[in-house]
Amino acid sequence: MRRARVPAPIGLLAGLGLLLFLLPLAGLVIKAPWGQALAEFRDPTTLTALGLSMFCSLTATAIALILGIPLAVILARTRGPLRNVLRALTTLPMVLPPVVGGVSLLLAFGRRGLVGSYLYDAFGIQIPFTTAAAVMAETFVAMPFLVIAVEAGIRSLDHRYEEAARSLGAGYWTVFARVTLPLLRPAIFSGAVLCWARALGEFGATITFAGNFPGRTQTVPIAVYIALETQPQAAITLSLILLAISIAILVGMRDRWLGAL
Amino acid sequence: MTLEASVRVHRDDFTLDVQINVSAGETVAVLGPNGAGKTTLLRALAGLDEIEGRVTLEGEVLDDSERGIHVPAERRHVGLVFQDHVLFPHLSVLDNVAFGLRAQRRPGATAAARRLLDEANLGDRAAAMPRALSGGQGQRVALLRALATEPRLLLLDEPLSALDVSVRAEVRRELARQLASFRGVRLLVTHDPLEAMALADSLVVLEHGSIIQSGTPDEVTARPRSRFVADLAGVNLLRGRAEGDHVLLHDGASVAAAGAGSGDVFAVVHPHAVAIYRNRPDGTPRNVWEGVVDSIDSYGDRVRVRVKGAVPLVAEVTPGAVRELDLRPGAGVWVVVKATEVSTYPA
Amino acid sequence: MARRVLALFAIALMAACSGNGGVPQATVTVFAASSLKPAFDKIAVQLLANDNIVAMFAYAGTQTLVSQLTQGAPADVFAPADVAHMTTLQSANLISGQSKIFAHNSLEIAVAKGNPKGIHSLADLARPGLVVVLADPSVPAGKYAAQALKNAGVTVHPASLELQVTGVLSKVSLGEADAGIVYVSDIVTSGAVDGVAIPDAQNVVADYPIAIMSSTQNRGEAETFINLVLSAEGQAILKTAGFEGV
Repeated sequence: MRRARVPAPIGLLAGLGLLLFLLPLAGLVIKAPWGQALAEFRDPTTLTALGLSMFCSLTATAIALILGIPLAVILARTRGPLRNVLRALTTLPMVLPPVVGGVSLLLAFGRRGLVGSYLYDAFGIQIPFTTAAAVMAETFVAMPFLVIAVEAGIRSLDHRYEEAARSLGAGYWTVFARVTLPLLRPAIFSGAVLCWARALGEFGATITFAGNFPGRTQTVPIAVYIALETQPQAAITLSLILLAISIAILVGMRDRWLGAL
Repeated sequence: MTLEASVRVHRDDFTLDVQINVSAGETVAVLGPNGAGKTTLLRALAGLDEIEGRVTLEGEVLDDSERGIHVPAERRHVGLVFQDHVLFPHLSVLDNVAFGLRAQRRPGATAAARRLLDEANLGDRAAAMPRALSGGQGQRVALLRALATEPRLLLLDEPLSALDVSVRAEVRRELARQLASFRGVRLLVTHDPLEAMALADSLVVLEHGSIIQSGTPDEVTARPRSRFVADLAGVNLLRGRAEGDHVLLHDGASVAAAGAGSGDVFAVVHPHAVAIYRNRPDGTPRNVWEGVVDSIDSYGDRVRVRVKGAVPLVAEVTPGAVRELDLRPGAGVWVVVKATEVSTYPA
Repeated sequence: MARRVLALFAIALMAACSGNGGVPQATVTVFAASSLKPAFDKIAVQLLANDNIVAMFAYAGTQTLVSQLTQGAPADVFAPADVAHMTTLQSANLISGQSKIFAHNSLEIAVAKGNPKGIHSLADLARPGLVVVLADPSVPAGKYAAQALKNAGVTVHPASLELQVTGVLSKVSLGEADAGIVYVSDIVTSGAVDGVAIPDAQNVVADYPIAIMSSTQNRGEAETFINLVLSAEGQAILKTAGFEGV
C-alpha cells in the first residue's frame, strides 16, 4: 500500500510537538545522578513514598472501576438535558484545578464539612490527614478519565450484540458480564490506565485534603517537591523511578488492549 | 403451534399496525420497501420493544398491552437471526453457538453446539473466531446459534441481504433446508422479492406500517395493488431444471437460457426484456411462445401485460405499443425473450 | 481574519516578553517567605505612595523560593524566613553585598477561636487524640517548631507536615486541626484563630534577613524597598503585623 507523503509543515509541527515531550524527559535522564541512584532508591523515604503512591493510585483505580463503570453505563443510556448535567458533573474534576478539588473535598468531608461533620460528631471519624483521604483525593481527580473512556466505549457498542444475547435467553447480568463487559475491555483498559496515571501524579488535591506525612500521605509527587530544595539528587531519582514505572506500564500495554489510547 | 399477533407501534414517520397469524410449518415472509416497518415488527415480536396490542404464541400471551403484560425478549424463547450475523466477536464459533444453551443453564451445551456445527459441515470452524469466517459461514453459524436453543419462534431479519450475490444461493439453500426442518413458527422479513419468494410459503406485503396484501407468492404477484408489488410482480420468476443451454420448466416448456448450467435453477426474466408480437416473429430470439393476454395494468408511462401460455410472463411495454398492437385481454400474441436475457441461478 | 489573529498574537507576545525595558513604571520584584505577606503588602502601598515604585511579590515557602532562585528565576530582592537559606544563596553567589536582618518572629501555638480543646502549653500538644499540624522540617517554621518542641522536651505526632506555614494556619482555621505551631505574625494577621504563647525559654526567635539579588536589573528600586523596610514606617508596619522589630 502506498502512503501519501505528509506535507512538510505538518512534519515540522509534529517534530516540534515531539521535542516538547522528549526534551524534559531527556533532561531528566541525562542529568540523573546514576551513580547515586541506586543508593537513593534504597533510601527508606524513597521506598516508603513509592510504596504509598503505588498503593493509593491502585486503590483509587480500583474504586474508579467499581463506581465508574456503572456511572458510565448510566451516562451512556441517559438522554436529553439530564445527560448534559450528569456529564458536566462527572467531568468537573478534570477541569478543576487540583487544589480547588482538595478544598472542595475538605468542605465536604472535613471535620466541619457537609458530610464529614456528621461522621466526626457521631463516630469520631476524621478523614483528612489519613491514607484514605489521599485515596479519595486521587479518586476524585482521576475517576473522570475512566468514566469518559468507558462511556465512549458503550456508545460505540453495537446494541445488537446485547439484543442477540437477550433473544438467546440471557438475563441482564448475563448480558452485562458475558457480552457487554468483554466487548468494553479495550475502553475499560485504556480508561483504567489513564486513571491510574493521573492518580499517581496527583499533588494539589492530595496535599490540601490529605496533607503530608511520610508513610501515611506522602506520595511520590509530594516527596519530590520537598526533596527538590534540600536533596535535589533524591528528587531527581524519585522522578526517574516514576518515569521508569510509567514507561514500563505504557510500553507493556499492547495496542489491541488499549484501543483508543 | 401458532403465532397470533396484533401489533401497533408508533414511530416518527409512521404507525405500524398489523395483524398477522402464522402457523408452525409454514415460512412467512414479510416483504416491503425499506422504512415500511418490517424491522419494527420483528423487534416487537422478539420482545425487544413494547407494543400496543396482543401477541400470543402457542396460546401463551407474550404481549397484552391492555392487561399490561409484556414478556421480555430473554424469556420468549425466540430465535433471532440478523442481517450481518452479529456473532459475538470475542467468542469462538463454538461458544457462540453454545451461548444460548449456557445462558439458559441447559446441560450439554458444548456437545449440542458441536453436533450442530458438525451436521452443518462447519465442525472444522468450531474454534475459529467470527472475524475469520466468510460472510456466508458467519450467517450459517448465526442460524445455528439461533436454532440451538430450540426456540418456538424463529425470526430472520433480511438474512441474505448482507451477503455477496455469489454466496447468497448457497446460504439460501442451507436456510431453506433448516427452515423446512424447523418445527416452530418461522417468520422472515426482507425487501428483496427474490429472497421472499425463494424461501416463503406465504407472503405478507408491508408498506408504511400496514399490510397491503398477503397470500401465496403467486396470489400476491397475480394482482399487484401498489407500485412495490407491481415491481415485485414484475420479476418473472421461473423454476426448472437447467440442461446446459436451456431450462426445462416443470410443466414441460423449455426456456433457452445462455449459460444455464445444470441442476435445479431459478430463471429470471425482466418484463422489459419481454417483447410482444401479434404474429409469430422471425429472428434470432430462441424463446418464442404463443400466449393470450391475461391482463393489462398501466402505471403511468409503463404498461404491464400479463400473458398466459406455455411460459406465463409479464411484459413491460409502452402505452403506445399497446395501442398500436391493439392489445386487450384475450388477444392472441407471441412473447419473445432472448436467451441472453434469461438469467439463471441454482435454486 | 487570519492576519488579524496573527497580529494580535504578535502584540501579546511582545507584551509578555517586554519586561521592564518598554514599561515606564518603576518596579521591584520581591521573593518573600509567605509569613511576610500581610506586612509586605502594606509596605508595598507605602512604596507606591512614597516613591511611585510598584512592588511585585512572589510569596511561597522559603525552600520553594530558594529552588526557584537557584534555577534562575528573576528577582530583585530576597527575604527568606531564616538566615540559613540566605546563606545558601550567598554561597551560590546569587546575593549582592551583605544581607541585613529586618525583623524577628517567634513561634506561637494556633488554636481554634475560644481554645475549645483547652491547650495551654507545648506539652498539651502531646495529648492523645489531639490533631496537631506542623510545617515540614524543610520549611524554616517547621525547623523552628521542631526545635521548640525539643526545647520543651515534648514529642508530638503530627497529622500532617505542611509545605508552607500558612498551610498550618489554614488547617487550624478550617477546623481540620486542633492546633498547630506557627509564627506570632501569622496569628496576629489571621484573626481567625487564637494564639497560645510559648514561654521564651522554649521559644525560638527567627531572624528575617533581606538582601539584593546579584542578577537585579533594578538596583535603585531594590535599595529603596529595603530602606523602606528598615525605616520607622516599615518597622511600624511589621510590628503591627506581629513581628518584632530590629
